[in-house]
Amino acid sequence: MFNHSFLPYIMAFVIFAMGLYTVVCKKNIIKIIVGLIIIDYGVNLFLILIGYRTGGIAPIRAAEMNAEKFINSSVDPVPQALIETSIVIGLGVVALTAALAVRLHEKYGTFDTTKIRKLKG
Amino acid sequence: MEKLLPLLVAIPLFAAFLLPLIDKIRNGSGISRFLAPFVSLVLLILVFRSLASSEVTYWVGGWTPESGALGISLVLDKMSSFMLLVINVTAFAVILYSHNYMRRYTSESIYYCLFFLMVTGMNGLVLAGDIFNLYVFLEIAAMASYALVAFGCDTEELEASFKYLVLGTVGSSFIIMGIAILYNQTGHLNMAQISLNLPAQNMAILMAGAFFMLGFGLKAAMVPFHAWLPDAHPSAPAPISAMLSGVLIKALGVYTLLRVFFTVLGMSFEFAHIFMVLGALSMVIGVCLAVVQWDFKRLLAYHSISQMGYVVLAMGVAGEMMISQKLSIASLALLGALFHLMNHAAFKSLLFLCSGAAEYATGTRLLKQLGGLKHRMPVTSGCLRIAAFSISGIPPFNGFWSKLIIVIAVFQAGHYGLGALTVLVSFMTLLSFIKVQRYVLDGDPSPCVEKAREVPFAMGLAMVLLALICVFAGLLLPYFKPFLLDQAGSVLVQNVPQVIHLAAGG
Repeated sequence: MFNHSFLPYIMAFVIFAMGLYTVVCKKNIIKIIVGLIIIDYGVNLFLILIGYRTGGIAPIRAAEMNAEKFINSSVDPVPQALIETSIVIGLGVVALTAALAVRLHEKYGTFDTTKIRKLKG
Repeated sequence: MEKLLPLLVAIPLFAAFLLPLIDKIRNGSGISRFLAPFVSLVLLILVFRSLASSEVTYWVGGWTPESGALGISLVLDKMSSFMLLVINVTAFAVILYSHNYMRRYTSESIYYCLFFLMVTGMNGLVLAGDIFNLYVFLEIAAMASYALVAFGCDTEELEASFKYLVLGTVGSSFIIMGIAILYNQTGHLNMAQISLNLPAQNMAILMAGAFFMLGFGLKAAMVPFHAWLPDAHPSAPAPISAMLSGVLIKALGVYTLLRVFFTVLGMSFEFAHIFMVLGALSMVIGVCLAVVQWDFKRLLAYHSISQMGYVVLAMGVAGEMMISQKLSIASLALLGALFHLMNHAAFKSLLFLCSGAAEYATGTRLLKQLGGLKHRMPVTSGCLRIAAFSISGIPPFNGFWSKLIIVIAVFQAGHYGLGALTVLVSFMTLLSFIKVQRYVLDGDPSPCVEKAREVPFAMGLAMVLLALICVFAGLLLPYFKPFLLDQAGSVLVQNVPQVIHLAAGG
């Protein structure tokens, strides 16, 4: 059951789960932001693994290479394009979260979420 | 129409950044508040044109599949044009309303920037033909909404926005994980191609389904994942609450659930039953929490959870009937779901606009401090009463008809317990809105209300527009049902024409 080729995928999920744990269980806003970043890394790692093949070359076609050989030896470029978008979105999210964290610190004077509790929901 | 399709995304995107720029050049003369309604009106006209058009596909940048490239497609089918109508009508009313309401805030032009970014995201989301673009547009709309929730920059707003942002981002991560699994299994990102190349149910597909359920469930605020909604929706400025409750949770949550589970993954008994359980839980728990609230907007936010429960329950019933080949009941349930989605957009945004108007005139949104509003603000009170009757399902308002259709469909499907539950929840909704009317509208004017005056013309106009939809949508159902709701439903029930249409290009 435990094939070795599964191991990298499992690692991506472990990283994802670690990030999720950080977001859910930590009480410090900065740590929560770090958790979000870890989740993002887990997702990106998973995407890159999907496109990977052992011993594959970068998906850049040199002039002397014929198409068939290129397709058979390069890694899949589509997930790489997806990761690029995903990294940019992640950057935006982290920037917005950090801005909110700064404003929250101005108002409450603390990063502790147990003390930032005006809302009930 | 094919040439006009990208304009639905491009116009709000350009408007989002042009309006603050023009404002800046004119030294903050507030010109954006005059231009914004026109932008929205242009979008609305485009949407009405798209209703008449047949299904079209637009390949961004001319990268068609014939040229041998992997292109990005925008697809307009009947389901998309239905959602576009809901989104843009609400957006138009909200923009009209913001004209006066947002003058209390500084940096109004930033508000319009974020607002149009949100509209861009939602328009793009319902048009997106490939699943990764669906995710990108979803993130655009979600990011704009995080910033808009925090727009007031008060402690509560920042806190609500932070909570919303963290949960929303976790939800998005689950969605993109699901997309990655689907890509791994099929090697395609185009939704039609995925559904054609999907291998038979295996563990990976089930896992992708679970991730989508988590992610989109979080966006739709279904009950185990609802914690952010009652904080985030009341904290935003009133027109934004109307947008968030009225269309954002539908476009980001319910529409995507419909699209992914009906068109891409295909319904199975497991998914249908999860839908039904989620829907029933949201309905009951949402309304139970709503009854005990004393903050006007918080009460409305809990009702959003409960009303979305109706829609998801009807979706689940439709899915189950589709698998057991009872297509007539399935279409009835889907008709109920889509009609209720549309009605909820009308009456919930109207309710939020009315709560905003009450807050605008009196400065409070606590039910116990309001009272006797009907003596001072007749237009707002009339609209509020119509919306309250609609949401609690009193004939002949629109909410009654959609709830009736859902109840009939649930009973025909043989789920008598769930049907009874639906009626009971409707009754509790009525109770809670009797409380609202008793405390806000009736009685003698309270000290807060004593000095209140009717809201300005543009705000009143926006509310009357939505109130008219609430009154006539139910009565005119036989007239617009054939070309609006039936065809949108048939896209999901049969899902064959759309797949073939997409595959021809995909």
